[in-house]
Amino acid sequence: MSLAEKELSNTTVNHANLLELHHVKKYFPIMGGVMRRKVGEVKAVDDVTFSLMKGETLGLVGESGCGKSTTGRMIMRVLDVTEGQIVFDGQDITSVKGERLRRLRQDFQMVFQDPYSSLNPRMSVGALIAEPLIVNKKGSHSQIKDQVVSLLETVGLSAEARIRYPHEFSGGQRQRIAIARALALRPKLIVADEAVSALDVSIQAQILNLLADLRKEFGLSYVFISHNLAVVKHVSDRVGVMYLGRLVELAPKSSLYATPLHPYTQALLSAAPEPSRTVKRERIVLVGDVPSPANPPSGCAFHTRCPKVMEVCRSVRPEMNEYQPGHFVACHLYS
Amino acid sequence: MSEPLLKVSNLKTYFISKYRTVKAVDGVDFEVQKGKVLGIVGESGSGKSMTSLSIMGLIPPPYGKIVEGEIRFEGVDLSKLSEKKMNDVRGNRISMIFQEPMSALNPVLKIGEQIDEVLIRHKRLSKSEARRKSIQLLQSVGFPRAEQIVNEYPHQLSGGMRQRAMIAMAMACEPSILIADEPTTALDVTIQAQVLDLMRDLKEHTGTAIVLITHDLGVVADMADDMIVMYGGQVVESGTADDIFNTPLHPYTNALMESIPVIDEERERLTAIPGTVPSAANFPQGCRFAERCAIAQASCHEKMPELRELQPGHLVRCDLA
Repeated sequence: MSLAEKELSNTTVNHANLLELHHVKKYFPIMGGVMRRKVGEVKAVDDVTFSLMKGETLGLVGESGCGKSTTGRMIMRVLDVTEGQIVFDGQDITSVKGERLRRLRQDFQMVFQDPYSSLNPRMSVGALIAEPLIVNKKGSHSQIKDQVVSLLETVGLSAEARIRYPHEFSGGQRQRIAIARALALRPKLIVADEAVSALDVSIQAQILNLLADLRKEFGLSYVFISHNLAVVKHVSDRVGVMYLGRLVELAPKSSLYATPLHPYTQALLSAAPEPSRTVKRERIVLVGDVPSPANPPSGCAFHTRCPKVMEVCRSVRPEMNEYQPGHFVACHLYS
Repeated sequence: MSEPLLKVSNLKTYFISKYRTVKAVDGVDFEVQKGKVLGIVGESGSGKSMTSLSIMGLIPPPYGKIVEGEIRFEGVDLSKLSEKKMNDVRGNRISMIFQEPMSALNPVLKIGEQIDEVLIRHKRLSKSEARRKSIQLLQSVGFPRAEQIVNEYPHQLSGGMRQRAMIAMAMACEPSILIADEPTTALDVTIQAQVLDLMRDLKEHTGTAIVLITHDLGVVADMADDMIVMYGGQVVESGTADDIFNTPLHPYTNALMESIPVIDEERERLTAIPGTVPSAANFPQGCRFAERCAIAQASCHEKMPELRELQPGHLVRCDLA
């Protein structure tokens, strides 16, 4: 069974899915010439299908330009989908707009990488966290104030933080504020886009622990987007590996990290340096850079750098296949 | 151990304004051995970058100043050298590469012109000799079409290519020390692996010592022979990389290693270090890590511990270790 069929069949029999992406694509037009006509397109996300169960954390890893952030933004409906379908909690949200979208969005929130640019510097922390509650008319002035205080405590800040401004806080504390803000409307899903990447390692651990606690406390599901393989392994139940706009491997973390199937995943894992002098891995060093998504290679997008490239890879695009139960891979080596 | 190539003793680099004194580097000692890689690890604000800029004589005036200490290199104290003399050392005997090659390269000069400049200034080569050498250098860092790359501008290259061009430039005069400040932090993992491999190859071939500054313990474990761990402008632990990774002695080093998720083992919950790095403008009087330390005692908050040698070559700034 192909991944698409498998995931689709899940939707008909299984209502445990919180989020489903079906063949989602995002092409950005390239405008050029004096008339600013469309001269090409960047295939930022090119046919991505996956689902997320309630209470599950799905990690998306890949290098810059692989489309992981664009995928996150489409889930948030900050970006329009070029083709395909996004289903959230049983509802097709692909083209929902206006007031309806705003109401739906209470259920899915995002935490960004840079807590310096994602918080309005001119608003007090109290006002920042209260804003989503006010916009969505969640109670009276005093009720909202109580909620803000309890949210601050949930993320490990004191109630006194309310009257202070973002610049008075360190990076880790700001990320806590951003998380409190995302939690304000009691969402079901949080899309965390490189949420700990800008933080020092000692602070990163604090935030990762906080995210794990919140998951238990509020029954949250996460789409956790990161370039850091170790962090993704730590937080996720399942992990999807992306390359040049495509999902190349999707598996429960234990099997992905123990037996990576796709040559790209293998190279990625071997390249990540481990903080240990005793573990020494055989390193696969890939040659060259990631090709431009405006002009992706034919066939398998990875064939230009793949150490195991075959003739068929140059012309035929591999489909996602369930090689082992739950372990999907898009590679001709396994078809 | 033979005579070190570079010996930094009691280095103090402060930023002094009317209102406050920021002790960015506060009494740092270390040595760089010939042909070896020294890793300097620390979080933001630990003073690791300011230490390297002090060696290069690039502390921004007028507030920043080396107030005390010695940086002994090839028989001279770099901290006392005139700007004119320092210009002959910088980029020639000691060179540096930075985290963000886009801002370290001149965007309006072609790659070739930027490398030529170094060779003409330090090696007194003619323009055509310099160009020939530049092309060779670019080939040695793995550019297959170096003849074309010399005529391209930095924006035409990818991040990994720019970093390799920076390395070619830094290696142009075969320096005895290459200081690399977070050289792979802005790069993707597969590109990082390429750049680290390249640095290792160059070191083998030229015998250049590398001072590798990073917050990434994985990169240090991969590259370093010796290492120092910095916290609050001070060295808290120093020794061989093997010693420090296998038996970390300082509670901070220990906590740092426990706090990162690793691929090869399953960690149910990470051991986070509570609190944040103290401000360099307002250090506590005792041990600078005491406030966040799991095993701190009352005495830790009162008296600054000395850096002491617990095992041969393995130094630690903690009285409880």
